[in-house]
Amino acid sequence: MRLEPRAHVPFWLNITAPVGAIVLAFAFCALLILWAGAPVIESYAALLRGAFGSTFAITETLTRAAPLIFTGLAAAVAFRAKLWNIGAEGQLYAGALAATYFGTGLITLPPLLMIPLLFLVGAIAGGLLLLLPVILKLKLRVDEVVTTLLLNFIVLLFANYLLFGPWKDPMAMGWPQAAPIIDEGVLEPLVPRMRLHQGFLWALAFAVFAWAFIRYSKWGFQIRAVGHNPDAAAFAGIPIGATVLRTALLSGGLAGMAGVCELAGLKGYLTLDISPGFGYTGIAVAMLAGLHPLGVIASAIFIAAIYNGADAMSRAMSISNYLADVLTATALLLVLASVLFVRFRPRLR
Amino acid sequence: MTTVDKGGAPPCNRLSSLRYDPADATCGETMSISEVDEAASGSAGAQPVLRLQDITKRFGALTANDAISLELKSGEILALLGENGAGKTTLMSILFGHYVADEGHIEAFGQRLPAGSPRAAIAAGIGMVHQHFTLGENLTVLDNIVLGTEPLLAPRQNTTKARKRIAELAEHFGLVVDPKKLVRDLSVGERQRVEILKALYRGARVLILDEPTAVLAPQEVETLFATLKTMVAEGLSIIFISHKLNEVMAVADRVAVLRLGRLVAEFPIAGASKEKLAEAMVGRAVEMPEREPQPLGPVVLQMAGVTVTGDHGKPLLDELHLLLCGREILGIAGVSGNGQGALAALLSGLRLPDSGAFELLGETVKRTSPVEMQGRGVGRIPEDRHATGVVGDLTVEENLILEACGSPRFCSLGLLRGGVIRRNAREMIERFDIRGADPTTTTRALSGGNMQKVILARVLSEKPKVILANQPTRGLDVGAAAKVQELLFEARAQGAGIILISEDLEELLQVSDRIAVLYQGRLSTPVAVEEADMQTLGLLMSGHGEFQRQKGARGHAA
Repeated sequence: MRLEPRAHVPFWLNITAPVGAIVLAFAFCALLILWAGAPVIESYAALLRGAFGSTFAITETLTRAAPLIFTGLAAAVAFRAKLWNIGAEGQLYAGALAATYFGTGLITLPPLLMIPLLFLVGAIAGGLLLLLPVILKLKLRVDEVVTTLLLNFIVLLFANYLLFGPWKDPMAMGWPQAAPIIDEGVLEPLVPRMRLHQGFLWALAFAVFAWAFIRYSKWGFQIRAVGHNPDAAAFAGIPIGATVLRTALLSGGLAGMAGVCELAGLKGYLTLDISPGFGYTGIAVAMLAGLHPLGVIASAIFIAAIYNGADAMSRAMSISNYLADVLTATALLLVLASVLFVRFRPRLR
Repeated sequence: MTTVDKGGAPPCNRLSSLRYDPADATCGETMSISEVDEAASGSAGAQPVLRLQDITKRFGALTANDAISLELKSGEILALLGENGAGKTTLMSILFGHYVADEGHIEAFGQRLPAGSPRAAIAAGIGMVHQHFTLGENLTVLDNIVLGTEPLLAPRQNTTKARKRIAELAEHFGLVVDPKKLVRDLSVGERQRVEILKALYRGARVLILDEPTAVLAPQEVETLFATLKTMVAEGLSIIFISHKLNEVMAVADRVAVLRLGRLVAEFPIAGASKEKLAEAMVGRAVEMPEREPQPLGPVVLQMAGVTVTGDHGKPLLDELHLLLCGREILGIAGVSGNGQGALAALLSGLRLPDSGAFELLGETVKRTSPVEMQGRGVGRIPEDRHATGVVGDLTVEENLILEACGSPRFCSLGLLRGGVIRRNAREMIERFDIRGADPTTTTRALSGGNMQKVILARVLSEKPKVILANQPTRGLDVGAAAKVQELLFEARAQGAGIILISEDLEELLQVSDRIAVLYQGRLSTPVAVEEADMQTLGLLMSGHGEFQRQKGARGHAA
């Protein structure tokens, strides 16, 4: 088989290719389900019910999608500028640490101010954390993939130190957790008796903001130009360094807000398991969305649904819920492969 | 390689292992070139060496090749003439097996060629010299030539034989090059010779040369043409791809003209004229803009003793003196890599001179950046449209504001003014005749000429006082090149001084007011175009003649 470049990409292909890839991913995982000895149709039905089958299922899926939207946006914005921020996980914890610092009694404001303040300090913490590797990248050409990735562990271990040491809540009966966020800072539930909270709306709002910023602002334009062709952008006089720094602040800020969202919306206090790898999954979310900020909403909900649904399926059919990982991973790989077929035409022989 | 079935027979077999060759079975080490030639000429005239039958190739809605039928006779040079995008390269890619034709087939020496296999094409005796060379820079000439013809795992055994054979070929065809040298130390002309030797070594009887003169100095072009004539005299056949009429007239026996994927004309060169060729190629008569004399304006750019040193301490520009006035086009000739890049970098705001004075509009340039240069009224047309000129994935309207995206005209309170930008794009598309584009077209989809017009629109609409035009018409078809030149003339009439860097001497002689040659970072004394001639300029381009530093000359006396 050989590939030839397409002169024109038909519009329908842009949509059918990723959808087809996801269908293929489900087909592939059907084989694994069969292998595990469970009926495919019923398993997938259980997955669907677990993800969207009831008010509870839907709210759980959206609850899980909220931090994924934030980290997905963080990756999408950075990758647009070809800034490979793999450190959303660390930035998420940095945001949560900052929110814990300010939100556990240091400052008390009415909720209308307190919540934006928490998001702000979380964003600043996440942004500043990403600034460090980006300055190293700009000044010394240190590869940011390595530095952002390794910073994750540093931040996590720092949080570890704080939670086992100075920040340990004496009321927590020995558990490594910090003091709870004050009531004014808590994100209210959206549906009575469900865990879905205001953070989801914040995530939606920031997705729209990120989209508008990238599309309509001068800085967003510069981010796109630098991402697509840094040489041409530099030649035209667009400041590469400043653009990358802005991107870093935005990307790190969005990841930091994921931490605030989880802390103030779901847990209420900082623990070490506040994120089951949302920072890393955010990369998959962004890639699946083709780095489009509004697409991130859909892909975050999709991935959240798969994880939630897989839990339900695993309970109903006694299949390992690791299938969710396999499913998202194959979907991601196939979507990336489908991009190839959008840009090139396969020819046999 | 193709000799696998023969257990890695020495390449000597290859030259003679064509199917019609009676010597095939008996080929030994002693087989000489003249024997092969006899074998080839024995079949000359009996049948075409190459026959393309109804080749059709579509890319989506675009038909790149539309039922093209061509024959190449033994011992002739066939020029394949056509504008960019006419389908020349596609056709040759099909011939060499890089692409598979949708319809039609190819016969080489009477045998049908399997589609889509470069290996089969090589086995059939077809050799291709690409426009961009495919040599390993870190290998010697010998290694590059032999690479791929020897079995992978065998110990190096045939070096002496290969060396002898290369020496034979080189001497026979006048392709002088030292086989022990590393390719990275070779000049462009020498590299091309290595490419040709490589094809011959693999037994090519049909040689395809894709725009072989684009990178050569005039003298090198003549040497190349002499070599090509020797080859066809020996019975080889050559397809010569070009869009330069003079060269086609000089070297070809026959010419086939492609336009928009169709074969529109095919005639012997003997009865053709340049005008006839141009018309066939473009489809209409093209009028090149005429240079009208203009009264010189004030000095806009001055460089005195400017030296720029490269990374390895080698001077890129060596005490350069130059003076540019308004309403003047100063043509900078020279083979690329002789300091053009450094000169362009100075004017683009990418670097400062290491020593010497650099003045723009009477002010010394002390700090530099692209924005600084824009602020001083320098319009910059970069050498490589795709790499540094436009952001291909952005739309036309976005590329038009790439430099001015922060100006209050297009941006208020950090937000882009979409309406203004859209209107600006419509106006530019209209004024600069950017075809096939609306404001939201992805720039990558434009042809080279229209992409260049986008850059010109962006640059010229700022009314620059000094314009750097670095290879502005390279790779453009005749019509687009004429438009670009016309726009440069227009800017000149409005008072701009233009530095035009080009490798195309003909263009420089046609467009410039004065011409100077850049050779190893030194500039020759600029001469008025009326006093310039190809011969002298050609000699200067290869370093023969007087350059500023030797004479201690200062710019020019305008």
